[in-house]
Amino acid sequence: MSKLSSTGEQTADAPTPEDAFHESATLEGRDKEPPHGSGEGGPVLAADGTPLKRSLQRALRREKLRALGLIAPLLIFVLVTFIAPIADMLFRSVENQIVSDTLPETTATLQSWDSAGDDLPPEAVFEALYYDLFLASEAKRHTRLGTRLNYEETGLSSLFRSTGRSLDDYGELFQDVLEDHDEIWESAGFWYEMMGTTGDEPGQPELIEAQRDRLEALTGERQTGEIGFVPAAAIGEVLPRTADAYAAFAAYAALEDGDTVAEEEPWEAVFAALASDLRRDGAAEAIAGYDGDGAEELQAALEQAVPEFPETTYREFFLEEDEDWGSLDAWGTIQAYSPSFTPGYFLNAVDLELTADGVSAKPEGQQIYVLLFQRTLFMSLVIMGSCVLLGYPVAYLLSNLPMRVSNLLMILVLLPFWTSLLVRTSAWKVLLQQQGVINDILVWLGLVADDARLVMINNQFGTIVAMTHILLPFMILPLYSVMKTIPPSYVRAAKSLGATPWTSFWRVYFPQSIPGIGAGCILVFILAIGYYITPELVGGTTGTFISNRIAYHISSSLNWGLAAALGTILLAVVLILYWVYDKIVGIDNVSLG
Amino acid sequence: MKLKTLMLMTGAAVAITPMAVAQDMADSMTIVSWGGAYQNSQQKAYAEPYMEMHPEVDIVWDESSNEAVAKLRAMNEAGNITWDLVDVVASDAIRLCDEGLAMEIDPDDLLAEAPDGTSAEDDFGDLLVSDCFIPQIVYSTTFGYRTDMVPEGVEPPDDICDVWDLETYPGQRSLEKRPINNMEWALLCDGVAKDEIYDVLETPEGQDRALAKLDEIKDEVVWWSAGADTPQLLADGEIFMGSTYNGRLFSVIEEQDQPVGMMWDAQVFDLDGWIIPAGLPEDRLARVKDFVNFATDTQRLADQAAYISYGPARKSSAPLVGEHAELGIPMGPHMPTAPENSENIFVYNYEFWADYRDDIDAKFQAWLAQ
Repeated sequence: MSKLSSTGEQTADAPTPEDAFHESATLEGRDKEPPHGSGEGGPVLAADGTPLKRSLQRALRREKLRALGLIAPLLIFVLVTFIAPIADMLFRSVENQIVSDTLPETTATLQSWDSAGDDLPPEAVFEALYYDLFLASEAKRHTRLGTRLNYEETGLSSLFRSTGRSLDDYGELFQDVLEDHDEIWESAGFWYEMMGTTGDEPGQPELIEAQRDRLEALTGERQTGEIGFVPAAAIGEVLPRTADAYAAFAAYAALEDGDTVAEEEPWEAVFAALASDLRRDGAAEAIAGYDGDGAEELQAALEQAVPEFPETTYREFFLEEDEDWGSLDAWGTIQAYSPSFTPGYFLNAVDLELTADGVSAKPEGQQIYVLLFQRTLFMSLVIMGSCVLLGYPVAYLLSNLPMRVSNLLMILVLLPFWTSLLVRTSAWKVLLQQQGVINDILVWLGLVADDARLVMINNQFGTIVAMTHILLPFMILPLYSVMKTIPPSYVRAAKSLGATPWTSFWRVYFPQSIPGIGAGCILVFILAIGYYITPELVGGTTGTFISNRIAYHISSSLNWGLAAALGTILLAVVLILYWVYDKIVGIDNVSLG
Repeated sequence: MKLKTLMLMTGAAVAITPMAVAQDMADSMTIVSWGGAYQNSQQKAYAEPYMEMHPEVDIVWDESSNEAVAKLRAMNEAGNITWDLVDVVASDAIRLCDEGLAMEIDPDDLLAEAPDGTSAEDDFGDLLVSDCFIPQIVYSTTFGYRTDMVPEGVEPPDDICDVWDLETYPGQRSLEKRPINNMEWALLCDGVAKDEIYDVLETPEGQDRALAKLDEIKDEVVWWSAGADTPQLLADGEIFMGSTYNGRLFSVIEEQDQPVGMMWDAQVFDLDGWIIPAGLPEDRLARVKDFVNFATDTQRLADQAAYISYGPARKSSAPLVGEHAELGIPMGPHMPTAPENSENIFVYNYEFWADYRDDIDAKFQAWLAQ
């Protein structure tokens, strides 16, 4: 391969062990000179008299700060545009505030219900649900909750949507009776005076502030406007449910709709609440003892309208609207997902599910994520392996051929690197499909029968081929940069000492190229594990990756929580593998050039 | 004197009104659509005539309809809605409405009447499937097949169950990589009556039954996820027959002159239309409303059919559908709504799929991955 004389020429310029010896000798000599101002045994002092140690530390700290200042723009940029959004996205994998924000009272009263029993939740839960849902449907948030819960229990989406449309009906049952008896119940002003206080009577401003907080939780925006209504304390004692419902109505009308509370007729829910309060035990005594605004009308309503109220309960209303409200599973799901944070998404991401009875495996026909994780890891490893096999000889040639040839080869490596990913993937489609170039040639050569063309795309094979091609430069480039630094003299030395070409490669050259393999493998593996578009296009059904499911949940099903959980798991797997790699190979043995 | 004053005032009012309106409207509008031939038809039929009438308006197109729901949600969370009008399929419109991301509209208030005075609500009729949705076109998902790959002596396929008949019609099929439509077709060919399909599909047994039927052809199926896949596979001769949107097949057959035939049996009707994102500022909203009113009137919807073979969503537009703008062939017979094409149809069941989409999709994907 090369002559001994040329080796001699090369080593003449290279650093030799003698050089290092001379250098260290001069360094030692420098150390022997006495430093400035050093006393016998005392601390070494710098020129200005401070101890050298402290002075050095100060200088180093300044250096460090300056370095930090230099990288600060990049650091802030990365934090703001990369780390923070990822953290935010990952946080969604456990976040579940939507249930308790939309149905605060329901989730609170549902706590004590025993989901394992055979009974539906008590009437109090249905009552709470009515008012929670009424406000939510006014704010158009009930359908959002329906979508969220539908991920866990099929059918809840339309249950919430359809029930939201008919909530008015229940209140109207009582509204009609009341208004038939006395038109004063139609008067917005009468309601406003009865429920509110103008200042001389004691008020309950905390009631309305609670509603403001609730609206903030519901809509995600803090409204600071004036509500123009203070609930009266006296009526709140007589008609507690009505006071709550009216406060909710007043807050919503003033803050969200921008209306004047005194001019708006209350919601149907307020009438439903009034009916509940009038029919509750002890209502007659409470109203008899009440002498504020509307006392006469309430007394009249109690005597005349109440007996005519239809005999119905919240529970009957819900069950009539949709029989699914009688499903224990639906209630179990609401209860199981009441907390603000849930492990549910993570459980779903590993083919488990959170039910009212605890954690259980998904039905067999719906288990897919564990399989996809395994497949993603396996195929990424195969792709990484084939990149090493194909990339190593190319990188070897690149670093050992004469400059002119190797430059040309380098261009050939980089050219596909600069071509659009989609173009390269589509090109593989044209090559590999059954009516494609490769099959046509094989048929023409007579190697394959026309009716038995090879299936090479829309399966794992297609994905591996296309991705190996796409990721190959990420293997070749670090390998090349490492091989470039391996002096050819070592192999020649081995040979001159009698090693066979194989031994000299395996014992001398290969160990020195391992840092390049390590770097290439990490690059290719981490890129492959998150690949999405190529598997989508050429993967068919057996060649898709977990990232295809993540993309589906981000852009199609909108189940961002599950997508975040899958992403978090993927990130964790990569970090663990990185750590394992560090333990086995050592990360210091990686060189990117 | 009095009359003269009145006339003057009226004249002044007429002169002032358009200016006042123009001042209140934003001059730029971002419209989101699907790109390709469909967006082109919208540009030709709606946007160019509108910009001729309002030269001050600048329309920016964004080809993001495919991910519109996710992106609108992200925009909404970030509190910065950059889109003014979004073209989505009806099921997405329903979801956007559910999520509070699309603005609810009053059809009679926002949309133009038909020329004969029929209100917009009646003119669109049942197609107003959501409170936020402004329908534009009816399209269908149906099958195309290679006419030159039909075996000799055999009639070309004209029944949805021919998809399952691998003996008579050998060759690969392409189906969309999602359960919607495929499950319905499978049950139909497994002997379920058309009006009972969703009752059957509601049950786990029914879902398994549909998947079992799909199992029969699973090995011969190429699964597509982009609308352009099937036309490409047909043109390459990779598959014998495959499902896709009827407009794509029209373009393969009539515009690219490929040996491909249409099989309209059991085509599934779906709708595509506009939604207006919730929370637009006043001036932009005013401009969008003005544009939508124009772009969804009877004539404009009929005009669009000259560029693409999708049926206009208004009843009053159907008689106005003319010829293809370049090929000069009558478009009527190529519409999915044409009587001879729509003898046996499905209508996308929005309510059902809104509920069962997540559940059945999980099963379907697990089945695919096996």
